[in-house]
Amino acid sequence: MKRLLAICCYCFGLLLSLSATAAEKPLPPALAPHLEALTEASLSQTIPVLETLEAEGGEAVQPLFLHLLEGDLYFIKSSRQVIAVTESAGKDTFIDMLSGVEIEPLSSRDIKKIRVNNRLRGHLRDAIARLQLGSASASVRESAVRALLSDLDANTLSVIREARLNESAANVREVMDMALALNRLNTAAEASDRIEAIGQLEGSLEGDVRNALNRIADNDPSPQVQQAAQKALVGIEQKVEFYAFIDQLFFGLSLGSVLLLAAIGLAITFGVMGVINMAHGEMIMLGAYTTYVVQLLMPNHIEYSLWVAIPAAFVVSGMAGVLLERLVIRHLHGRPLETLLATFGVSLILQQLVRTVFSPLNRQVASPEWMSGSWEINPVLSLTLNRLYILAFALLVFFALMMLLKKSSLGLNVRAVSQNRSMAKSMGIPTGRVDALTFGLGSGIAGIAGVALSQLTNVGPNLGQSYIIDSFMVVVFGGVGNLWGTLVAAFSLGIANKFLEPVTGAVLASILVLVFIILFIQKRPKGLFPQKGRAAE
Amino acid sequence: MNWLTQLFAAGRTPGNRVLPFVIVLLGVTTLASMANLMLPESSPLHVSTYTITLLGKYLSYAMLALAVDVIWGYCGILSLGHGAFFALGGYAMGMYLMRQIGDRGVYGNPDLPDFMVFLNWDSLPWYWMGMDQFWFAMLMVLAVPGLLAFVFGWLAFRSRVTGVYLSIMTQALTYALMLAFFRNEMGFGGNNGLTDFKEILGFDLQSDTTRVALFVTTALVLCAVYVISHLILKSRMGKVIVAIRDGEARARFLGYRTDRYKIWLFVFSALIAAMAGALYVPQVGIINPGEFSPLNSIEVVVWVAVGGRGTLYGAVIGALLVNYAKTRFTAIMPEGWLFALGALFVLVTLYLPKGLVGLRGQLAARSNNKAGKAVKQEVHS
Repeated sequence: MKRLLAICCYCFGLLLSLSATAAEKPLPPALAPHLEALTEASLSQTIPVLETLEAEGGEAVQPLFLHLLEGDLYFIKSSRQVIAVTESAGKDTFIDMLSGVEIEPLSSRDIKKIRVNNRLRGHLRDAIARLQLGSASASVRESAVRALLSDLDANTLSVIREARLNESAANVREVMDMALALNRLNTAAEASDRIEAIGQLEGSLEGDVRNALNRIADNDPSPQVQQAAQKALVGIEQKVEFYAFIDQLFFGLSLGSVLLLAAIGLAITFGVMGVINMAHGEMIMLGAYTTYVVQLLMPNHIEYSLWVAIPAAFVVSGMAGVLLERLVIRHLHGRPLETLLATFGVSLILQQLVRTVFSPLNRQVASPEWMSGSWEINPVLSLTLNRLYILAFALLVFFALMMLLKKSSLGLNVRAVSQNRSMAKSMGIPTGRVDALTFGLGSGIAGIAGVALSQLTNVGPNLGQSYIIDSFMVVVFGGVGNLWGTLVAAFSLGIANKFLEPVTGAVLASILVLVFIILFIQKRPKGLFPQKGRAAE
Repeated sequence: MNWLTQLFAAGRTPGNRVLPFVIVLLGVTTLASMANLMLPESSPLHVSTYTITLLGKYLSYAMLALAVDVIWGYCGILSLGHGAFFALGGYAMGMYLMRQIGDRGVYGNPDLPDFMVFLNWDSLPWYWMGMDQFWFAMLMVLAVPGLLAFVFGWLAFRSRVTGVYLSIMTQALTYALMLAFFRNEMGFGGNNGLTDFKEILGFDLQSDTTRVALFVTTALVLCAVYVISHLILKSRMGKVIVAIRDGEARARFLGYRTDRYKIWLFVFSALIAAMAGALYVPQVGIINPGEFSPLNSIEVVVWVAVGGRGTLYGAVIGALLVNYAKTRFTAIMPEGWLFALGALFVLVTLYLPKGLVGLRGQLAARSNNKAGKAVKQEVHS
C-alpha cells in the first residue's frame, strides 16, 4: 500500500510540476460562492464543501484539490480570494484560483493558509482519484482505481460503476471489476454472492484483496465462503512466491551484470594477454570518479552527463592502462609474479592519489531522472530501472567487445599475439603496439564499468578493491581466455550469491561462493570452459 | 659434532650467513635489553620500553617475512595470504590472553569475555574451551594454521595449481577469513577483535620486564626459526625444493613427489607465520580482523622483495627496513606512506629483482660488463 501511495504522490508531483509551469485553467465562475465557503469553513465543515465542489466543478477542480492536498492553498484576508502559492527555484508564484492568472506577490501577513488535516487529506486523495477516473491516460485511470481500493465507500463505488460502463482499456476495466468484486465480497448478504466475488478475485496480487480475503477466511459466518477464500489465498500465495523468486533472480542477474562489467576487462588483460593486473579495480575506480567529475563540470545537465561520462571514462582509464603497460608491465614480460607485485604497487598509488585529490570520503554521484524509479509489473514485483539499464548495458558492452575481437583487425591481431607471440611477430604484427592497445581496451572497459557502478554504489577510493577479487574469481571460474565463460560465470556467481543470501546472510554467502570456487578450481583448474587445442598452451 | 661443523661451514657460504646473523641479532637484543633494564632513564644510552616493544614488533614481522621467503624465495610459491596464518596464530594467542583477564573486564564476568557479555551470550562457545590453559593455547597457535595450510596445500598442490592462480587463491583465502572474522556471530569479537589484555602467564603485560622478556623471546624464536629453516633448506629436501622452484616438471619427471615437498614446506612456513602472530599480539596488545586484509599479506611480500628473496637474512633485513621506514613515514606524513609503498613495489620489481642484498652482485655484474665492453672496444680499435 505504501508503494502505491508513493506512486500516487509521484503522479501528483508530476502534475503539480506541470501545473506550476503552465498557467492554470480558470474555474467555472459558478463555483465562486463555494470557494468562498471553503475559506470560511472550519476543519469539520470542509468535507461537505469539497463534496459540492467536486459534484459541481467536476474535473476542473482537480488542480484546486491538488494544491489543497499539498498545503499550497491560501486566501487573501481582505477579499477572501483563494490563491495558490507555489515555490519553484526559490521564487514564490501567486495564482488566483478562480481566474487562473498569476497575480502580484503578496506579503505573508495578507494571506492565510487554508488548513487541512489527515482526514481531509484522505478525502482529497480519494476525490482526486475519482476525478482522475475521467483522465485521458489509461495508466492514470488505472492507478486512480488502485488508489481507491483501500477506501471503497458508496460515493466512490458509484463513480467507479459509472466509469466502468464507458471504460475502453481492458486492463483498467479489470482493476475496476476487481474493485467492484471487492465491494461485493465485503457487503453482499448472500454467501453465494460472496463466493462468486471470491472467484472473481482469485489470482489477484493486490495487497487490499489479500487483506480482505484473509479477513473473510478467518471471520466469515459461512464455512463455504471461508473455504473458498482460503483456496483463493493459497493460489495467491503461490503466485506471490513465484514473483518473489523472479525478484531474487533479477537481483542475482543484476549482481551478475555488475560482476560481468568488472570482470570483462580483466578477461581481456588476464585472459587474452596473460597479464595479471592488480590495478584493474583502480581502473574501475577511475571510471567512477570520471563520472563524478563530469557531473561537477555540467551540473545543469545531469540527464545527459552519463552519455559524456561513458566515453570520458573509457578514455581516462584506457590512457591510464596504456601508460601502465608502456611504463611498467612491458618490462616485466614473462614474469607474472613480478607483474602482480608491480601492478599492486600501482593500485596503491592510484588509491592514495584519489584520496589526496578528492578526499578519502565517499562521493555521491547523481542518477539521471530517467534511471531512477522502477518498472511496476504487478503489485508484488517491481524492477528498479537503474539495475535494469545496467543489466542491458553490461550485455551490450559484452557483445560489442565480442564483435571487436572477432571482426576487427585489432581483434585479429590480439588473438594472434595471444596464441603465439613470436609467430605473430615474425608475421609482421607489431606486438608491442598490440599489447598496449589491448591493455588500453581492457582498462577502458573497466572505466565504463566504473560509470555503471557509480549509479549503484557510492564512489570512494576503495571502490575498485572490493571488486578485484570477485572479478578474478569470475575470470578463473569461467576459464581464462574465454569471454563466453566469463559471461556464464558472472551470472551464475551473481545468482548463486543472491539465492544464498536470504538463507545464510550476505557475508557468509560471499564466503561460501569463494570457498566453492576454490574447490571448483581443484577439480577443473582451467575453469568452466577450458580452451582447447593450440590456444591452451 | 658433525652438524655443528656443518653449521659453521654454512656460515661461510655466501647467501646464508647463519653465524653472523645469530651473533648480530642476539648481540643487539642483549644490549638493548640491558640498556632498558639496567641504565637509568636519564642516561643517554637508555632504551625506552616503547622502543623495545617496537623492536619486538619488527622482529615478529621479520619472522613473518622469513616464512614468506622460505616458500617464495626457495620454492617459487608466491603466497598473498600469509597474513591469514599470522592472524590465526595471533587470534589463538589473543584468546588465551582474553581468558586471563578473568573478572577484571568492564562487565566483571569471570567466565565470558566482555564482547560476549555485550552480545548477550550466556556461555562460552565450544572452540573457546581450554584456551585458558597456556599449553593448550600454544598448541592451537600451531595446530589451527598448520591444519589450514595442510588442507589448502593438499587441495592446491595436488591439483597442480601454480603461479598466479595460486597467488590469487591464497589472497581469496585471507579475504574470506577477513569477512568471516568481521562477523560478530563468529565469536571472535567481530570488528573490534580481541584487546584489553592484562597479563600473560601471570606477568603484567604493561611492566618493563615482561616487555623485555617478550622481546627477547621473539629474538630467540626468530634465531631458532632461522637456523631450522637454514638446516632444512641446506638438506637434501632443500635441494629438491630449489629444484622444484627452477623446474617443477623436471623434478617430477626425475621421480620426486613434488606436491608432497610443497605441501610440507607450505605447512612449515605457515607455522613460522603463526608463531610470529602469537608473539606479535601480546606486544601490540590487540588483534582484529584487519590483520587478515589482503593488503597486509601483500605488504609482507614487498618486505621480502626489498630485502632480497632466496636469502633468509635478506627477508629479515627487508622487513626491518621497510617497517622502520613505515614508522617514520606515518609519523611525518601519513598520506605519503601509500605512495612510498606503491613506488617501492614498482621500483623493486623493475630495478632490484634481487633486492638490496643482491645489489652488490648486481653492481659488480654491471661493472664487469662495462669492463668487458671496454676490452672489446679496445680489441676492435
